[in-house]
Amino acid sequence: MKIHEFQAKELFQNAGVTVLRHMVARTAEEAAAAYEELGSSLAVVKAQIHAGGRGKGTIVEVPNQHGVQLVYSREEAAQVASNLLGNTLVTIQTGAEGKVVNQVLIEEGCDIARELYLGIVLDRTVQQPVLMCSTEGGVEIEKVAEDTPELIHKEHFDPSYGLQSYQVRKLCQQLGIEGASVRIADRFMKALCRLYVNSDCSLVEINPLVITNDGDIVALDAKISFDSNAMYRQKAIAEYRDLSEEEATEVRAAEAGLSYIKLEGNIACLVNGAGLAMSTMDIIKLHGASPANFLDVGGGADKDQVTEAFRILLADPNVKAVLVNIFGGIARCSTIANAIVAASQEIGFEIPLVVRLEGTEVEEGRRILEESDVAIITATDLTDAATKVVAAISG
Amino acid sequence: MSILINKNTKVICQGITGNAGTFHTRGCRDYGTQMVAGVTPGKGGQDIDGIPVFNTVGDAVSATGANATMIFVPAAFTADAILEAVDAGIEVIAAITEGVPVLDMVRVYEIVRERDVALIGPNCPGLITPGECKIGIMPGYIHNRGSVGVMSRSGTLTYEAVWQTSNEGLGQSTCVGLGGDPIVGTSFIDLLKLYEADDQTKSIIMIGEIGGTAEEEAAAYVAEHVTKPVAAFIAGRTAPPGKRMGHAGAIISGGKGTAAEKITALEAAGIEVAESPADMGAAVVRAIAKKA
Repeated sequence: MKIHEFQAKELFQNAGVTVLRHMVARTAEEAAAAYEELGSSLAVVKAQIHAGGRGKGTIVEVPNQHGVQLVYSREEAAQVASNLLGNTLVTIQTGAEGKVVNQVLIEEGCDIARELYLGIVLDRTVQQPVLMCSTEGGVEIEKVAEDTPELIHKEHFDPSYGLQSYQVRKLCQQLGIEGASVRIADRFMKALCRLYVNSDCSLVEINPLVITNDGDIVALDAKISFDSNAMYRQKAIAEYRDLSEEEATEVRAAEAGLSYIKLEGNIACLVNGAGLAMSTMDIIKLHGASPANFLDVGGGADKDQVTEAFRILLADPNVKAVLVNIFGGIARCSTIANAIVAASQEIGFEIPLVVRLEGTEVEEGRRILEESDVAIITATDLTDAATKVVAAISG
Repeated sequence: MSILINKNTKVICQGITGNAGTFHTRGCRDYGTQMVAGVTPGKGGQDIDGIPVFNTVGDAVSATGANATMIFVPAAFTADAILEAVDAGIEVIAAITEGVPVLDMVRVYEIVRERDVALIGPNCPGLITPGECKIGIMPGYIHNRGSVGVMSRSGTLTYEAVWQTSNEGLGQSTCVGLGGDPIVGTSFIDLLKLYEADDQTKSIIMIGEIGGTAEEEAAAYVAEHVTKPVAAFIAGRTAPPGKRMGHAGAIISGGKGTAAEKITALEAAGIEVAESPADMGAAVVRAIAKKA
């Protein structure tokens, strides 16, 4: 689960991680008032969306407006806010369709001596959280990781014991942080690692992390995402969820107990199991066509779920055919066949439906499909299914 | 021989009195597994079809000599259930539950590493040695006793691979579902070591997917240490970056974990990679032919 920069900064403040003074605005007037309230001649206006690359990104409706801009007056603050609010920001991370900006952050300026990078993720190989720091702040960290990996310094830490002071001293040496700033870094880094663990984060990223002229350490940006599995025990954080930032059909699917991701193609898929669902997308591609979605119905696949799944798939105007691929383990093919027939009858769709069943009670399942009134093309194995559904959209 | 479990393994079910626990305990028992006990705190003294229920794993082990467990405990309590099993001396743990917080598993894994315990999962279908012992939710009947070691991050896609290798007349020695989470108890490398040393296993198939670097690490291990034929399939060539494809661990982030990278690494190690999910059984046959 992702949250906005302003929400991440709220968590930082509560955890004792230093951020600059800032306010959130939802209108140009609020932005102007915020500028005044902050009382600094230089301020920054930042679009709040669940994606990075805002500084280089541009607004569709006002093409020379970037997602982040320095302002020097209340009028400028209002103008920039007006250019951003209610409009669409396209960045390298949003995809071509971009995201609508509903809030902006107005933040006081600061004297930046240096910009660093700091992030915490789960290292899947070592199976522990890792704090990563680099002197190359403010730029694409993935590029740094690829071109100059020696400039990324890592310290793994145990979630129960946390980051240790010797690790902070080691990082400070590698980053060129000296004197009084080392004590500040100790408080800052430990607070951040504690936040990562206490809030069940999957990613915490500060890019850039700023060392000010006074030697203070400040998070100029804040990006946090969370382990979805843990949200049941993070009620306060779960409240930060912004549904308007999520794909509406994906949200609707999740509510029905389905896992759905929209893609660009025209063959819709309905499968039980994530690995099999990805493979179904893959085999469609191999046969020269393009999947419209990923959809995992999970172990259930009763009539209501299948019906809702079909509705979601058919809501996509690009869809020209549907491929159902079910390998019944615990789930019986006969049950699923009945669900498919009932769902098709209820919705009554016109496009070709190819169904491949395998597993428990497959013979009965295939018989039910053949004998139904619904026009269903049955397939035996994966290749047969892919061949038939691709043929169906060409016909 | 098979790996990890066989007809002598004595299995308990933690969470046996829940719907899923009861249903799958029966399924395993019907397959021929020695389901000797169940554990649900507070329900000790009850029984499910004559299988005794205990309050603690310790009690169950004392009474029955159980050495394996199948865990159906809800996600919030799964880590605790795993630790209880480790503490009671259980050797093989299949944690079926999906939705366990990742940081819980980080803590569990540290403890599991120190002891000689095989933790399979979480978020997995379990493991099966065909004809002898099934611990999990997979359909027993698609498996045949045979020679392919199957290891997979997936559930139903594994059944597809099992189905294909059975149809090729090869059968399976032991099939292990690693689980779909980013941190799981047993890696491909852990299993490669066991399969390489097992007489019954003559070839190995690895079914991976996008996210993380487990397949790349396994490929490097195969190149150095594995003499038996290895085939593989990677799901998710068409998956877009940044999106969680069902499994918590199936996500391409920061450019890492793509199917293409994994396939390159596997092929470089001499592993026969199936281009299509329909081709997995045939890939094993090709791998065997190459090494013959």
